[in-house]
Amino acid sequence: MQAISFDVAKLLAGGLVLTSFLMLYQVRLPAVLNVLALHSLILALAVAWQAHVQSEPALYITAAITLIFKAILIPEALRRIVEKLGIHREIENVTNLGITMLAGVGLVALSLEVMLPVTMHADLLTRTDVALALSVVLLGLLLMVTRRNAVSQVAAFLSLENGIDLAAAGAQGMPMVVELSIAFSVLVAILVIGIFLFRIRERFDSVDMQALDAFRGDRR
Amino acid sequence: MIAVLLGIFALLVVGGIGGVISEKAPVFVYVGSFVLTLLLFAGGLSALFAATPMALALPLGIPWIGAHFRLDPMAGFFLAVINLAAAGASLYGIGYGRHEREGARILVFYPWFLAALDLVVIADDAFTFLFAWELMSLVSWALVLAHHHAPEVRRAGFVYLMMASFSGLVLLLTFGLLAGAEGHYAFALMRATRPTPAIAGVALMLALIGTGAKAGLVPLHAWLPLAHPAAPSHVSALMSGVMTKVAIYAFLRITFDLLGAPPAWAAVVVLVLGGLTAGLGILQALLEGDLKRLLAYSTVENIGIIFIGIGLAMAFAASGVAIGAALALSAALFHVVNHAIYKTLLFFGAGAVLSATGEREMDRLGGLIHRLPQTAFAMLIGAAAISALPPLSGFVSEWLTFQAILLRPALPQWGLKLMIPADGALLALAAALTGGCFVKLFGITFLGRPRSNAARQACEVDRFSRAAMLAAAALTLLLGLFPGMLIDALAPVMRELLGVSLAKQSAMPWLSLIPISPARGSYNGLLIFLFMLVSTGLIIFAVHRFASRSLRRAPAWDCGFPDSNPITQYTGASFAQPLRRVFAASLFSAHETVTLPPPGDTAPARIEKTYPDRIWNMFYAPIGFAVGWIATLFNPLQFLTIRRYLAVVFAALVTLLIGLAIWQ
Repeated sequence: MQAISFDVAKLLAGGLVLTSFLMLYQVRLPAVLNVLALHSLILALAVAWQAHVQSEPALYITAAITLIFKAILIPEALRRIVEKLGIHREIENVTNLGITMLAGVGLVALSLEVMLPVTMHADLLTRTDVALALSVVLLGLLLMVTRRNAVSQVAAFLSLENGIDLAAAGAQGMPMVVELSIAFSVLVAILVIGIFLFRIRERFDSVDMQALDAFRGDRR
Repeated sequence: MIAVLLGIFALLVVGGIGGVISEKAPVFVYVGSFVLTLLLFAGGLSALFAATPMALALPLGIPWIGAHFRLDPMAGFFLAVINLAAAGASLYGIGYGRHEREGARILVFYPWFLAALDLVVIADDAFTFLFAWELMSLVSWALVLAHHHAPEVRRAGFVYLMMASFSGLVLLLTFGLLAGAEGHYAFALMRATRPTPAIAGVALMLALIGTGAKAGLVPLHAWLPLAHPAAPSHVSALMSGVMTKVAIYAFLRITFDLLGAPPAWAAVVVLVLGGLTAGLGILQALLEGDLKRLLAYSTVENIGIIFIGIGLAMAFAASGVAIGAALALSAALFHVVNHAIYKTLLFFGAGAVLSATGEREMDRLGGLIHRLPQTAFAMLIGAAAISALPPLSGFVSEWLTFQAILLRPALPQWGLKLMIPADGALLALAAALTGGCFVKLFGITFLGRPRSNAARQACEVDRFSRAAMLAAAALTLLLGLFPGMLIDALAPVMRELLGVSLAKQSAMPWLSLIPISPARGSYNGLLIFLFMLVSTGLIIFAVHRFASRSLRRAPAWDCGFPDSNPITQYTGASFAQPLRRVFAASLFSAHETVTLPPPGDTAPARIEKTYPDRIWNMFYAPIGFAVGWIATLFNPLQFLTIRRYLAVVFAALVTLLIGLAIWQ
């Protein structure tokens, strides 16, 4: 039983990292959002599995929140925004994909290298989970840095947040209140970012971040 | 204890109300501060003579530390000194505050400043102490900036803020070292644990820098002559007379109380810095032409004298000569009281001159003794006291310091044996130069003939200001006549810090001051005063009895030069010129250029003098340059795109992680 539970947890966490790589590879916005939904779905599964393994009923609620909000509502909302903005057919201008993927591989290696010795005394389940969660966070950051479009930056931010959630679920004894507040803060962030996207669009006829930079004052 | 805290809280409330009400606000604030500071003065005195220290912990501030307060004899002593001077300043403010243009700017912060000063001395944990310390710095900064329209005031405020933050930072490091790895932030725990000699030495030097920057120890004094004169006069008086004393308190608290016995080498450092401060401070005061800046430089000198006393006490304590340590520390604390009284008095006088004439430049004043007779009298007492003339109080503390210096053969270390006479020489030089400096201040400002219309049309200041000045002058005289009472009052502080105290002075015959033994030296201010009164009376009698009764009238200042133009009088600059040539040419690289017009040209001849500030050029200018250079280097970081910022954060994170991976 111990072996099975460990293998499944590792499979789901690994699946999350793999999905992050998938997102890194997508250049069309609807595709990015689809992968984000998949990313959140896998996270929900991973959290549910943790709930089962740790026999922690509170974690089921977290999994349900993740499933409803992050896997269904938020991607759907973003998809509508993209359609409303009329940019769903655009191909995003990204930095060299090959190099980005290689950098991603390097980041995963780095996070394993850092995390495995640090969590030496934790149990096996937590160790791999935390290491893989850190790689998901780093990949999310990498995605944010390499993308220009505001919507894909939002998607990158959400995937980063998923990584944090994974680590939180893996660490036993995380209080429910913290998880709820994290979920709530993400929701608020999405609302704010959504409003801002439309405002930006109204002003500059684009959600490309480069257009924003050109309008900044006080440049010397 | 609770009464003292309530008093401090009431001061904060008074400031808050003073900012809200508009009419009658000055009177309300200053009368309120006057009453409260008198009460706090009484509280300080009762703590000084209390058998056991009072302590109180309040659940304020950082949760698991709380706010600790404690009133031991030393805190009580400083509380009394602070509030005595503050009461004087508040009384003075009742009158002086009426002429204030920027009323509301001062009225809120003035009582808060007093409250912050009091809080520093009763704080009993590092957090509360630093909070009060920073509050004191910030509020006094706001007071310095009261007249912020003048560019030089803004510059003074900036330099002051920099130095105040620096001193706060260094003290933070000091307490960090003292708290140790376990984080004992309460002073009681710091007292209980003695750090290793290395850590104690570093902490002591940091404390010297942190408190020295606030007290005005050379070379950290650059802000003091800028900031103190910029504030309104009664605030200048408090900053010079009291805030520097709070810094002295902090140094004593850390050195003698929290660290225990200071090492001998630290005494050498303190003695060297104290001697330099005393000498350089008074030389710069001598060269200064601005009334309030002169007083600020003289504060630097007095801080030097106090630090010499503290250094001597450290030296004697390190060598186990307990009675010598008690003598030196008594001298230092006596000087703390003296300076708090006569420096506030002198600043009050400068403020009176300023409000009567609108002038601070001495070379535009003169003859004020006829226009402001009572102010002139009080200033004369203050000037005589600060010049250490018997029977006034200034003489006693400097005499005690010299008595401590003469105990030097009791010390075993050769370094100290050689260092202390050098300090004694510097102290003697400083005392002599102080005399010259204040003869110049009084002579140029109050004697002679008016050099400007403003000085000609001045009239005496209001009665509250005069009452404050005359009361301070009376206190100076009283302390000079009965110094034994203050020495006896200092005994609890000595017992607390050093374990011994000087012999009870009020039991001595004829109210004499005999610190060690009659063979070593004794002083009786009362006898000297009586002798002076009697001999002066006899001379007056003799002159009136035997001299010619015929009245002669002759032109004043007519020494073979019957020129009616007041410009031909001796000026402050001409008074200082011989000393400038002797000392300043090498010390401050002062330079004089004389421009004589060629024969036949009717242009006036000119003499120009320049003093580049060496300490500023050596220490402060390079630091300012380096900071500016680094800031320019990093300036482009302000103008990155959002993605670049994200990339910077990302790169920093990855770099740290890589560092972690390698370090493991």
